[in-house]
Formats: sequence, C-alpha cells, structure tokens
Amino acid sequence: MSVLHLAILLPLLAAPFIPFLFRALKRIHTGWFVLIVPVVLFVYFFRFIGITSAGDVVTETVEWMPSLGINFTAYVDGLGLLFALLITGIGALVVLYSIYYLNKDKESLGHFYVYLLLFMGAMLGVVLSDNMVVMYMFWELTSISSFLLIGYWYEKERSRYGARKSMLITVFGGLSMLGGIVILESIVGSFSIRDMVANQALIADSPFFIAAMILILLGAFTKSAQFPFHIWLPDAMEAPTPVSAYLHSATMVKAGLYLVARMSPVFQESSLWLWIIASVGTFTLFWGSFNAVKQTDLKGILAFSTVSQLGLIMSLLGLGAAALHYDGMDDNIYMVATIAAIFHLINHATFKGSLFMMVGIVDHETGTRDIRKLGGLMTVMPITFTIAVIGSLSMAGLPPFNGFLSKEMFLKATTKVFSMDFFALDTIGILIPVVAFIASVFTFIYSLIIFMRTFMGKAQFDQLPKQPHEAPIGMLIPPAILAILVVVLGFVPNVLSNSLIKPAVESIYPTLVASGQDVKVDIYFWHGLTPELYMTIGVILLGTLMFFTINKWMGIYNHIPHRLTLNGMYDGTLVWSNKAAYRFKDNYMTGFIRSYLVYIFLFLSGMILFSMYRFDLFDFSFGEMEAVAPYEYVLGAVIILASLAILFMRSRLPSIILLGVVGYSVALFFVFFNAPDLALTQLVIETVSVALFLLVFYHMPEISKKEVRVKFKVENAIVSIFVGVTVMLLSFMALSNRSLSSISEYYKENVYDLAAGKNMVNVVLVDFRGFDTLFEIVVLAIAAIGIYTMIKFRTTERTKGAREHEPKK
Amino acid sequence: MNRKNDQVNDVILQTAAVIIFFIIIVFSINLFFAGHYSPGGGFIGGLMTAAALVLLLLAFDSKTLAAVLPFDYRKMTALGLVIAMLTSLHSIFWGRPFLTHAYDKFDLPLLGEQTLHTAIAFDLGVYLVVIGVTMTIIQTIGESE
Repeated sequence: MSVLHLAILLPLLAAPFIPFLFRALKRIHTGWFVLIVPVVLFVYFFRFIGITSAGDVVTETVEWMPSLGINFTAYVDGLGLLFALLITGIGALVVLYSIYYLNKDKESLGHFYVYLLLFMGAMLGVVLSDNMVVMYMFWELTSISSFLLIGYWYEKERSRYGARKSMLITVFGGLSMLGGIVILESIVGSFSIRDMVANQALIADSPFFIAAMILILLGAFTKSAQFPFHIWLPDAMEAPTPVSAYLHSATMVKAGLYLVARMSPVFQESSLWLWIIASVGTFTLFWGSFNAVKQTDLKGILAFSTVSQLGLIMSLLGLGAAALHYDGMDDNIYMVATIAAIFHLINHATFKGSLFMMVGIVDHETGTRDIRKLGGLMTVMPITFTIAVIGSLSMAGLPPFNGFLSKEMFLKATTKVFSMDFFALDTIGILIPVVAFIASVFTFIYSLIIFMRTFMGKAQFDQLPKQPHEAPIGMLIPPAILAILVVVLGFVPNVLSNSLIKPAVESIYPTLVASGQDVKVDIYFWHGLTPELYMTIGVILLGTLMFFTINKWMGIYNHIPHRLTLNGMYDGTLVWSNKAAYRFKDNYMTGFIRSYLVYIFLFLSGMILFSMYRFDLFDFSFGEMEAVAPYEYVLGAVIILASLAILFMRSRLPSIILLGVVGYSVALFFVFFNAPDLALTQLVIETVSVALFLLVFYHMPEISKKEVRVKFKVENAIVSIFVGVTVMLLSFMALSNRSLSSISEYYKENVYDLAAGKNMVNVVLVDFRGFDTLFEIVVLAIAAIGIYTMIKFRTTERTKGAREHEPKK
Repeated sequence: MNRKNDQVNDVILQTAAVIIFFIIIVFSINLFFAGHYSPGGGFIGGLMTAAALVLLLLAFDSKTLAAVLPFDYRKMTALGLVIAMLTSLHSIFWGRPFLTHAYDKFDLPLLGEQTLHTAIAFDLGVYLVVIGVTMTIIQTIGESE
C-alpha cells in the first residue's frame, strides 16, 4: 500500500475516530480536528502538480481481487489531480466554514463530520481510481454519504424527502453506469480505464457501443443533475449549507462531469457522443437558468444556477469532441471548448462555493433565505455583500472576474459550431448558440436578483427572525478566500493554464497528444472585437432591461401546471408505481389457497405442454405396451367410477369410504403387478389413513357436516381437465420415449451376491439405497413429533391466532 | 389384565383380542425377519406390530395398554433412529463408505448355520421408528379432547 493509497483512504480512515473525539473533547469544536485531513491532503496533492504538468502520471496498484481483475489502481494525471485539488481545497474551506456555521452544543457534529469525511474519501476515490469497479464503489459511496448529509436534519420532513429523491435518482444512474462498465469490460477484457482508452477502436466497433455509452452517460447525467434528472438537486438544498456548498456545487455534482471527461477518449470519436452531450448540456443550461429566476429561496436560485452551469460545462465537454475531427490543424479551435470546460469547472467551484457560503451567512445572521423578506443588508453586512457581488458578477459573466473569461470561451465555442461541416451541426447546430445566448440572459438576471434583492433595496429588518449583523470573521474567511480566487483568476488566468488546465485537457485528448499536437492554453482578457464580445454586450443590455421589467413577465411561470412539471411527474411516478404495485399484488395475492393452486396448476400444465410442443414430443408410440388383462379392466373401471363418484357425493362420509375403495383397488393393482411389499404396505396405510379421515370427520364442527354437494365451477373443471390431460400426455410421452435400459438389471443380478438377500425391494430399501430409507424414517419421526406438538401444545389463544391467519377478503 | 368396563360388556372382543394379539405379533415378527428373502421387512413389520397394539387399544383403553406395555413411544422413535444411524455409521470405522452393510455366515446354537447381516439392525431401526410413530400419532389423537 503506497502513500498515495493512504492519502486517498485517509478521510475514510480518519472517520471512525471522529465520534470519539466529539464525545471526549466537548470543549473544542470537532471540526478543528477534521480540518487537518483536507489541509494535509491538499498540500500532499499540490506536490503532484510538478509531475503532471511535465506530462507524467503516477500509478500505484494494490491488489484487491486480482482473480477478477479488480485492483485498487490509483492513477494521478492532470484531470484526476485537478479534481483532487478541488475536493481537498474546497473541502478544507468548507470544514473551516462549518466550524462557525454549526453549533457544537446543538448539533450532532460526530455524525456530520463522519459523513463529510466519508464523502471526501469517496470523492477522492472516484477521481483517482483507474479501475472502473473501484471507481463505481466510491461512486456509490458518494451517493450514500450525500444521502446521509442531505438527511442530516432527519427530523424535518423536507430533508427526508430530498434525501430519498437524490438517492433514488443517483443510484438509478449509478446502477446504469455499472451496466455500462460491465459491457465495456466484456468488450475490452479489463476494468482499467487506460486499457479502455487504448482499445478505443475495439469498443467503437462493438455492437454494444451505443448501449455502453448511453448507460455510462445515464450515470454521469444523474450525478451531474442534467435535464431531466436535475430535479433532485433543488431538493438537496435541505442539507446544511456547508454541505450544499461542498457537495452540491463544487464536488459531487462534478463527478458526472469528471466521468464524461474521463470517458471522452473512449467515446468521443462517435458523433452521437457530441450530439447527446452538447444538446443535453445546452438544454440543461437553459432550463436551469430559466427556472432559477422564479425561485424565491436563495439556495433554490443557487441550486438551479448550479444545474445550469453544470449544463454549460457538459455542453462544452461535448463540443470539445469536435477537436478530434480536425486533427492536423495548426491551431485547433475546437479544443477551446474543452479548455473552457476545464476552466469553467474551476471557476464555478470558486464562485459557487463562495455564493453558497454567503447565503449560509445571510441565513445564519438573519434567520431566513427568502428574498421576499430580505433587502437592504448592504450597510449591515458589507463584507458579505462584497463577496456576493463578486460571486454573482462572476457567475453572470461580467469582467473583470473569471466567469467572464470562461463565459467568453463558451460563447466562442458555441459560435464555432457553425463552421463544423459534419453531423448536421451547420444546420440544426445553430440552436446551440441561440439557446446559449438566451440562457446567458437568464443567468444574468438571476445573478442580479441574488445580490440586488438581498443587499439592496428597502431594509425591512423588523420582519426578519433575527436582528442582522455581520458574521464572525471565521465564517467570512472561506468565502473571502474563494472570492479572492475569483478575482485573481480573473486578472491572471494563465497561472493555472500550464499547471492545471493543460495537463487536464491533455488527459481528455490522449490521441491528439500522441499525434504530436500541442495543447495551447492561453486565456486572454481582451481578445478583440469578436462575436462573443457582442453577445456579452447583448446579454448585459437585454438582461438589465428584463431585470427591471421582471414584474411584467414573471407571469409566464404560472402557466406551467404542476402535474406537467418534472417534479410533479417524479412524485406522480412514485405514487403511481406504489399504487400500481399494490393493485397488482392485490389482484393475484387473493389470500385464497384455491387461487394459488389454480396458478400453480395452470403454470405447471402450461410449461409442460409448451415444452412438449417446443421439442415436438407428441409423437407417441405404443409398441412396447403389454396386453391388458381382463381383471385390469375391471379394476380400472372400479377406480374410475369411485373417483368420479367422490365428486358427486352430497356428504363427506361416502367420500371417505370411496377414497378407501380407490386405495384398496390400488393395493390390488400392486398385487396384480407383482409388488407384494407395496400391496402389504398400501393395505395397512390405507386402513390407517381412512381411520384418520373418519376421526377428522367425527371431530368436525356440526355446521360443516351439512350435506352440501361440491359446487360446480366451470373454471375449476377446465383447469382440472387440463391438468389431467397434460399429465396423461406427459406419461405417454415418457413411455414412448424411453431410450435407456433400466438400472434394475443390475439389482436383479447382484441382489444375492452383493447383499445376501432375495427380496429385491427390501434389499434396495435397506442396502443399495439405504440412504433414502434413513431419511424417510426421519420424516416419519418428524411427522409424529409434529402431530404430538400440535395437539399437546395447543395454546389457549387458538381462536385469536386462527383469526389472524384468515384471508382479508 | 384389568377387564372392567362400566358401560359395555366387551368380553368377546377382549378375549379374542388377547389371543389375536399374539398371533399378529408373531406374524409381524415373521414379516420383519423374513424381509430380506421374501415380502416383508421393517416397515410392514412395524405397522403390523402397531396394528396389534391398536387392537389392544380398541379392546381395552389407553390406560390399560400403558399399564401392560409401559413404552414411551416417542423414545422408541428416537431409539429406532439411533439404531439406524449407528448401523449406517459403523462402516466408516472400518474404512468403508457410509451405510456399507456387512454379512457373514455364523454357526448359531439351535438355529444352525445362518447368515447374519447388519441390514437387519438397520431394519430394526426402521421397525422401531414405525411402531413409535404410529403409536405416537394414534395415542396423541386418541387422548386429545
């Protein structure tokens, strides 16, 4: 086990100690101990930048299940490292923030930090695993820890609802992804991502290519809250704000983006890949921004804004695939999409993290997150206000913040869609920049709403649950650091380009790097009067206009009925599937044994007849039949008549006698067919069982002794005739298809030589097949003990127990 | 033997039962021992013995039967299972597979040369179990209210 493995597992290893620390050291906030973990890890991973920026990778393997090809292979390249730094860096800030946000006396911090560390370790495992099964394991662990964190305040109904929703949706995606992984393994023969990239041509030729791609993408889309799976994210806002900042803006929701970026080398040659990802991403971008505007809860706005920004990055990752189709060009313009994706991923983590923390501060200091109650906080909370302005303007894509740069690159990538002359992108593709433009307008509007409605306008402090004041300094440090990063990255974006962005982009285009193309990452602040600049100016003008006339067009949101929204559909599906399952169950689980018998008999006969039909076994031959002796006719007639008569008896007593007639006739058959042992046994057993039947009859309650004939039911008659005919056909088939000689010849020859006996039946019972007899007498003994206990240990509450077992209808 | 019965005078039945009981018992023992060569064996022998006991049960009552033949039939079942199991197990101590029977000819006093077979011990287990089971069932049902 290498240091790298220990680093990945460090949060998981530290988690078990947290509850002890929480109990033992009440005076110190547990968060301070937790803080050590991400800080150490951040410093540790920071040292890898030198390695990855030189184009090298670090691989360490620990054998886990070598026979199945499942080993814990840690693999650090540019992409993995970028995510690892985001996870540990923002993780450290979030832990610091949570120390001030969560009260150490009121909250069960032991739980909180265990979940958080579980999540951190799981997330590191996802981004640094080369083996897909190990990655899947960590992937599900992120779902589970996210579920626990969303439901942290489990006494709240909304928390439980949100936790369950996110669990259902992300686990659905995770399982789909597992399916994709299994398909890929069956094609390549290895679970290693690097092997899959190396055998990309093999995968592309496989008939399962599309299935594997869609299954993997389902995993990515559900995790990254892409349309229509985005609905869990707004409900996940019931989690404590540090969790929302960490999981639902900076890290977990980016796991899907990571997966798409990671699997790009495998799939991106396909046009379908580009189309699906770009269109889903672009639509999510629009839908998220459109819905964010109508939210009144600050976290709701941020949730939809996250959805929208994730869609933006997703569509950029899709468009980046176009770069592969223009290889050999000196300056590959489509690579800008992927560079923009990676750059925006970093930017989004910084500004969204700071915005969530800002909202947490507002919530913490005023007691509400409702923008209808907030307003005029600028003078009371100047630092928070500054952070909010920086974050929102960066999100809106205004200069001089980093959001402006990535937004410009995004618009540039979308406008370049026109010049692609394949996949019908030059015709339908025009929608992408149009939708992107509209989405940017809405993004601009909700970004303005965030700080205008919260900090500007009329102060109405008397309506707030708490008297607002500036947050403690410890709470302000983490968002301030992120806000400073927003500004710094805005002014000097190129600090990251060679250290982080370039290695990450190179991991997405291994084939281009191998063919000698250089990935040029150069982000300019001022790039001349290009179409994207005019688009940004248009966004600002239109956005400002719409913001100030917002009351005139807010009405459009009221025209969407709840039932047709995705949330309505989700809730409806849950209710409907529950109801349908119950109805289905109630339909066939009637509680009557006779219904179940009908199912069993119909299924049995159906299966037998179908297989006989399927293998064409209706070809009967009666050549080996013995001649029928006259007394056999007589005996057969007696049995048939007695059996039929049972059905038409009015009383039960004659039925019992007739059953005895059948039994003794069978004993006679045994006599005729030379089976004296069977005949003896049959006679005695028949006597005993008839006696027992009579005993039962004697003890029956008076009411059921009434002489009523069995009611005739057509369906029962049909089923019984069907079963009878089936069994008859089956026996004919078995008789006429006997292909092997019987084993009884062996017994005949050896019964005296080997077992010193002359009664073959008995020798078979006690010697050749004594094992069967051994357990048959055990069966008898169990039956006797069963009867003894049932009768001797009858409880006095017999009637009550009987009532409980009655069928409900 | 206690032959008092308050309501009904069963003297013919009771007298006949006592005589027939021994005939049936002898027949059942014959069936049991003859099993390896002719029809019969532990199962039918056990049932016959049980039938003889039932005859006594019919002619007298269960208390009388318990006084005359003080068997605990549940223990008899267990004993039968133990005998059958031990017979099956003994072969593994001689390095043979489970349930391998052995037989040899012996010169017995009175009976002369006879073949003795461990299968008879196994059958004895079966015999006891069948008696035990049948009697347990009939007694339990008969004594229940």
